[in-house]
This record gives sequence, C-alpha cells and structure tokens, in this order.
Amino acid sequence: MNENLFASFITPTLMGLPIIILIIAFPNILFPSPNRLINNRLVSFQQWLIQLVLKQMMTMHNLKGRTWSLMLISLIMFIGSTNLLGLLPHSFTPTTQLSMNLGMAIPLWAGAVITGFRHKTKASLAHFLPQGTPIPLIPMLVIIETISLFIQPMALAVRLTANITAGHLLMHLIGGATLVLTSISTPTAMITFIILVLLTVLEFAVALIQAYVFTLLVSLYLHDNT
Amino acid sequence: MASVVCGFFSFFSVPVKEKKLMDVKLGELPSWILMRDFTPKGIVGAFQRGYYRYYNKYINVKKGSIAGVNMVLAAYVLFSYCLSYKELKHERRRKYH
Repeated sequence: MNENLFASFITPTLMGLPIIILIIAFPNILFPSPNRLINNRLVSFQQWLIQLVLKQMMTMHNLKGRTWSLMLISLIMFIGSTNLLGLLPHSFTPTTQLSMNLGMAIPLWAGAVITGFRHKTKASLAHFLPQGTPIPLIPMLVIIETISLFIQPMALAVRLTANITAGHLLMHLIGGATLVLTSISTPTAMITFIILVLLTVLEFAVALIQAYVFTLLVSLYLHDNT
Repeated sequence: MASVVCGFFSFFSVPVKEKKLMDVKLGELPSWILMRDFTPKGIVGAFQRGYYRYYNKYINVKKGSIAGVNMVLAAYVLFSYCLSYKELKHERRRKYH
C-alpha cells in the first residue's frame, strides 16, 4: 500500500522515452485557436471565458503591466487545465512535480523583480522598508523584508505543489479506505464514500483556485514593480 | 489522398500505393503498409491529417456538444491506464498477486 500510494507521482516513461512531454503538451490540443469571426461552440466558449478572466485580472495594471497579459492568461489557462486534467482517473498531473512549478515560478518572479529594479530602482529599493518604522528597528526590518522577497518564488512553487499533491493523496487514501470498509461495515463505507464525493468537489475547486492564486500573485508582484 | 488512375496502366487498375485503406485488398495489406511514407515529414503529415479529420468532424461544427471533447478525454484516461498498468496490476483482489 505504501509503495502504491506514491506510484502515481512517478514521472511516466515508456521504455525510457519521456512520455511526460506528451502529457504536458496535451492540454494544448484542448484549446483550438480561433480563426474566424464567429467560431464553433467550443472556441466561442473558450473565448468568452478568457475574456472574463482577462478583464478580472488585468484591470489593475498600468500600460506597462498589461504587456504581460498574454503571459499571465496563458499561465492561468495552463495551470487550470493541467490541474483539472489531473482529476481524471489514472492520469498524471505535471503540477505535482516541484521541478515544474519552480520552473514556472522562478522566471516569472525574477522577471517581475528585475523589471522593477530596472525601471523604478528607487521605488523597488524602497519596498524593503515599510513606512513609519522606528529607526532602531531599520536594519532588522531590511533583513526581514529581503528574506520575504526571496521566499516569494519558493512559496509560489511549493504552494501549488503541496496543494495538488495533498489533494490527490487524500483521494487515494480515502478511496482505498472506502474499498476496504465495504466488506467490514457498509454504513461506514457509505460515510466514507460521501466524504470522497465532497473531497472530489473540493478538488475541482482547488484545481481552479490554485491556478488563480498563482497567477494573481505573479500579477501582484508585477504590479509592485511596474 | 485521392485514388489516382495512372495512365500507364489500364483504366481498371489503380497502383497499390495510392489506394485508400478501405480499398486495399487483404493480400496487398503488407505491401501497402510498407509503402507508406515513414519519413518525419510523412509521420507529421499523418498526425496532422488525423487531427484535422477528428477536429472537423466533431468539434469544428456550429453546434458541437461536449461529446467531442469527452471522447478525447476518454482516450486520455485509457492511455494513462495503459501507462500505469504495471502498478495497477498489484491492486487486484487476488490471493496470489
């Protein structure tokens, strides 16, 4: 049971070929690109969704920040679709791998911070000291703010990884428990099954919310720095 | 990939290479498979043709339904099942695994 629990998180390879590349590229097929004024239902629905998300997310940015809209919208579409696809049975979720989330978080955070340092150097450095701190506390506070700045990409990556992995693990465990309990005592199995259903609904929400949170935080870091 | 009547032969026979799959007789099947284009360009072309065939039949229609996307997701589930069969084998209810 212990080995099986984590078997679904192993990087899938087929005779040494990394299938994971196919799995990461798979959500791309589900988003066809529009090439007419009025498209088929699927594409129109996706266009409407993307416009909703775009308006919600990019209104708070100025002109410079809005050059990042393509990046942020494709980020939220990728993370959302990958997390949702991971809820299908037997599928592999790339966002459970810390390596991939670090690969997404570090460049985006670094881009936002370096943009801030290049274009508004004084204001970016001023972020390290909140307004109105007592003078004796200043050295300690600068150190603390620096640490909190450098922790941002780690927190982004680990948050996403931990949430998705924990959700999948919980579903595996409770599903296994339900199966075993059916032969021992059926009412307990029913309760466990209801818990499983509720957990699945939660997982759907978490999949979308995590995508949103990731993108929102990146856009927040961007807002600070443009 | 239309079937072409080559003027070299009589008008009643078509070269095997250019027949569609449903027109190939069973005896000619191995030679038909071997004569397919296995260059990278050919393989990419085959994937492209297959993709557009599916897309134009089930998704690129005015009132496409969920079923078009659902078939793709079901194929994905099946594919993932095949990939993880080795670990799933141990979870069957048998006395001896």
